[in-house]
Amino acid sequence: MSAVPATQAPAPKPKSYLENGHTVASWLLTGDHKRIAILYLISVSIFFLVGGIAAGMIRTELLLPKGVFLENDSYNKVFTLHGIVMIFFFLIPAIPAVLGNFLIPLMVGARDLAFPRLNLLSWYVYMAAGTLGVIVILLGGVDTGWTFYTPYSSLYSNSQVGLTIAAAFLAGFSSIFTGINFIATIHKMRAPGLTWFRLPLFVWAHYATSVIIILGTPVIAITLLLVGVERVFRIGIFSPELGGDPILFQHLFWFYSHPAVYIMILPAMGVISELISAFSRRPVFGYHFVAFSSLAIAGLGFLVWGHHMFVSGQSMYQGVVFSLISFLVAVPSAIKVFNWTATIYKGTVKLDTPMIYALGFIGLFLIGGLTGLYLSSMATDIHLHDTYFVVAHFHYVMVGGTIMGYLGGIHFWWPKMFGRMYPDNWGKLSAVIVFIGFNLTFMPQFVVGYLGMPRRYHYYYLQPEFQPYHIMSTLGSSVLGVGYFMPVLYLLWSLKYGKKVGDNPWGASGLEWETSSPPPTTNFLEMPIVTKEVYTYDAEKAEEEFEHRQELIEEVTG
Amino acid sequence: MWRLKFAPDQASTFAEQYDWLFWATTALTIFFTIVVGLLVIFFALRFREGKKVDRSNAHDHHLMLELTWSIIPLIMGLGIFGWASYLFVETRQPPKNALDIYVIGKQWMWHAQHSNGVRENNMLHLPSGTPVRLTMISQDVIHSFFIPAFRMKQDVIPGRYTQMWFTPTKPGVYNLFCTEYCGTQHSEMGGYVVVMEPSEYQEWLANGGENVPVKPMTMVQKGEKIFKDKACFKCHGDQDIHEGPSLVGIYNQRRVMKDNSVRLADDEYLRQAMYDPYAHILKGYENTMPSYKPKSTDDLEGGLSEEDVLNVIEYIKSLRSSPTAPAPAIPPLATGVPPTEVPN
Repeated sequence: MSAVPATQAPAPKPKSYLENGHTVASWLLTGDHKRIAILYLISVSIFFLVGGIAAGMIRTELLLPKGVFLENDSYNKVFTLHGIVMIFFFLIPAIPAVLGNFLIPLMVGARDLAFPRLNLLSWYVYMAAGTLGVIVILLGGVDTGWTFYTPYSSLYSNSQVGLTIAAAFLAGFSSIFTGINFIATIHKMRAPGLTWFRLPLFVWAHYATSVIIILGTPVIAITLLLVGVERVFRIGIFSPELGGDPILFQHLFWFYSHPAVYIMILPAMGVISELISAFSRRPVFGYHFVAFSSLAIAGLGFLVWGHHMFVSGQSMYQGVVFSLISFLVAVPSAIKVFNWTATIYKGTVKLDTPMIYALGFIGLFLIGGLTGLYLSSMATDIHLHDTYFVVAHFHYVMVGGTIMGYLGGIHFWWPKMFGRMYPDNWGKLSAVIVFIGFNLTFMPQFVVGYLGMPRRYHYYYLQPEFQPYHIMSTLGSSVLGVGYFMPVLYLLWSLKYGKKVGDNPWGASGLEWETSSPPPTTNFLEMPIVTKEVYTYDAEKAEEEFEHRQELIEEVTG
Repeated sequence: MWRLKFAPDQASTFAEQYDWLFWATTALTIFFTIVVGLLVIFFALRFREGKKVDRSNAHDHHLMLELTWSIIPLIMGLGIFGWASYLFVETRQPPKNALDIYVIGKQWMWHAQHSNGVRENNMLHLPSGTPVRLTMISQDVIHSFFIPAFRMKQDVIPGRYTQMWFTPTKPGVYNLFCTEYCGTQHSEMGGYVVVMEPSEYQEWLANGGENVPVKPMTMVQKGEKIFKDKACFKCHGDQDIHEGPSLVGIYNQRRVMKDNSVRLADDEYLRQAMYDPYAHILKGYENTMPSYKPKSTDDLEGGLSEEDVLNVIEYIKSLRSSPTAPAPAIPPLATGVPPTEVPN
């Protein structure tokens, strides 16, 4: 159903989705994609806090070579918790389930997602998975690492592996539901005139992401199920003792988990395209290249999993092929960065909070992407594999990239979501603190990784030369923590005290800005008909308007 | 108080080659980060709102530019790929004269055995200037043998052998780590690699290592003892008999199986023959041999531990030079050729 009959109500100010019902049930039983997005916003923030506390414990523990307050087993459970919560419960759902959920129907001019009840179900499944996760913690936790490598996870670990697998399994279904919804919506519910090449790049990125989710997630679900089968019924699948093959698990696991990195980073790239364009007042340079690079990343991303396994005992010839394809993936990523840079050129740049986050993203993603070259080239990977170099690399991509994108997006669309603006100076400050804190935390980890510090190490008392880097990293992480906590405070403050803003406070293009802020439950009062190309910005005109405004201000004040 | 270290020791021939590639990649990384980073900052400041600069004739797309910045990174990437793959392939081809040492990983220690039977835990003594090949296996979960100073690492897997080789260059003491998460004491599964002058190593080996009061048996001697204790010789004697084939001279030979496939009798083959004898039966023989796989790593009960298996393999290897060895029916193969390669 693409044609939603528009409400012809003459009401000048329609009720926003926030005012449409105030009971708890009106939230928990809603089919409104915007309300579900808010439910997700609250839940992923809580999981981010949980994962963040675990990260703080890890960093504190590593201050001293013999640890500070944890036993070996507790340390192992804490880093496992950090990984599982951050990946399955924060990074994967963060941008798609919050921003994607809220914005895709608005951006394509639809009244809701294609399957509103499936959307609500996805949140409930996600919460069920999260509850299972909390039960796991209460029952003593799990110590396999988020990678669940066999035969450790299937036969040797004495922790709550079964329940954790169930939680990850469920969380996977929640993202499958979201992916199905996005693909159906983008295919069938675009407003009249909104052709594929008039879609914002945010939508393109989510489309590519959904394809990965739908094709990849079932594989991890089945794989984890097989680990459970081996653990419970002792049917030999992955354990040589029972006649299985442990490397098989790694193939199946990374077949999903490498593309999962793209599930996390592609939506962030979509956000960045929107931000760079809106705050440079220029259409995204090379729109087609950026759009197709998302699809190229999604496609090639499925063919590179073996680069996690160069020293695992997989065949050398396989390694060569996986390495080659990994280098090919670097090209579409490079295309995006160069195109964003070219978008800023000859723009009219406004350095508001979202733009600071976007520029920070480019910096961190550059480093994250380029250090990926060390790990996709087979020789350099031998030494760096499973050291802190890898830890630093994937945090640059997944935390530096995804969370910068997520926070940038939240700051950009916050006035759309709630109709109020946060204090911009606080926003800018938080963006700068996050950027600095992030580099302080993870830059030293590249060095300590090259020195040989293995990841998932609790003690390093035989190698005191590692300690200075761990101290730097821990100091940096406390700066980073402050940077992440600030938005929580001023954004919550803005809900009540923030300045009320109009429908389009940034003067941005895109259908989501043409409805009111916050939007009514049905999104648009009349069905939008799209006659313009995407990103109708004009830098020269923007500059003239700015100068005109300055003159007016001078006249008034002077 | 702290002397900041920026690079690990460089103590193998591979480490030197490695660092050239590493620093070349680093130069490329820094170059691109700085160029793109500066461009972004420069553009963002120069074209800031209110700056009177020329904004006319701005392109929204430019095919040549897109192709340029696609193809240049691609070529650079392929360059690194080629260089790195070349180095990697070298690390998979141990020289024929390499010194063999055997390593067993178990929760949470490394156990090494030199061919003369000297054993050590969480330590590995090596001669400098000699290529060394480690043949490794795990008794339980996956571990990974990592010597940063050699820039060398290889996962150690239960159920099959993996190998790594290197040539230490500089006498000294270097870190040894386990880099595959393996449970509670993962971070304590490690110790030191001690590289010695070859003469010192020989002396160390002859003295039976450290903390070993009695001169130990060599691996071949231990294997021979097991061979006798388990009465393997009853079926595997000097000559092929009805009960079983002779093992004399079979190491690294091609063997024809019941199903007419041809397999190379290498370490992996021999280990499988002991643990899972029916996985491949030699042509002309029946399923009569019992499995020597232990019930578990804690309860050997009639089975052979991974260490025993390595010792027996060493013993079988030594049978090659026996004067009574029958002339091999099929010419020997070089190591490293996959056993599935059938010549006809």
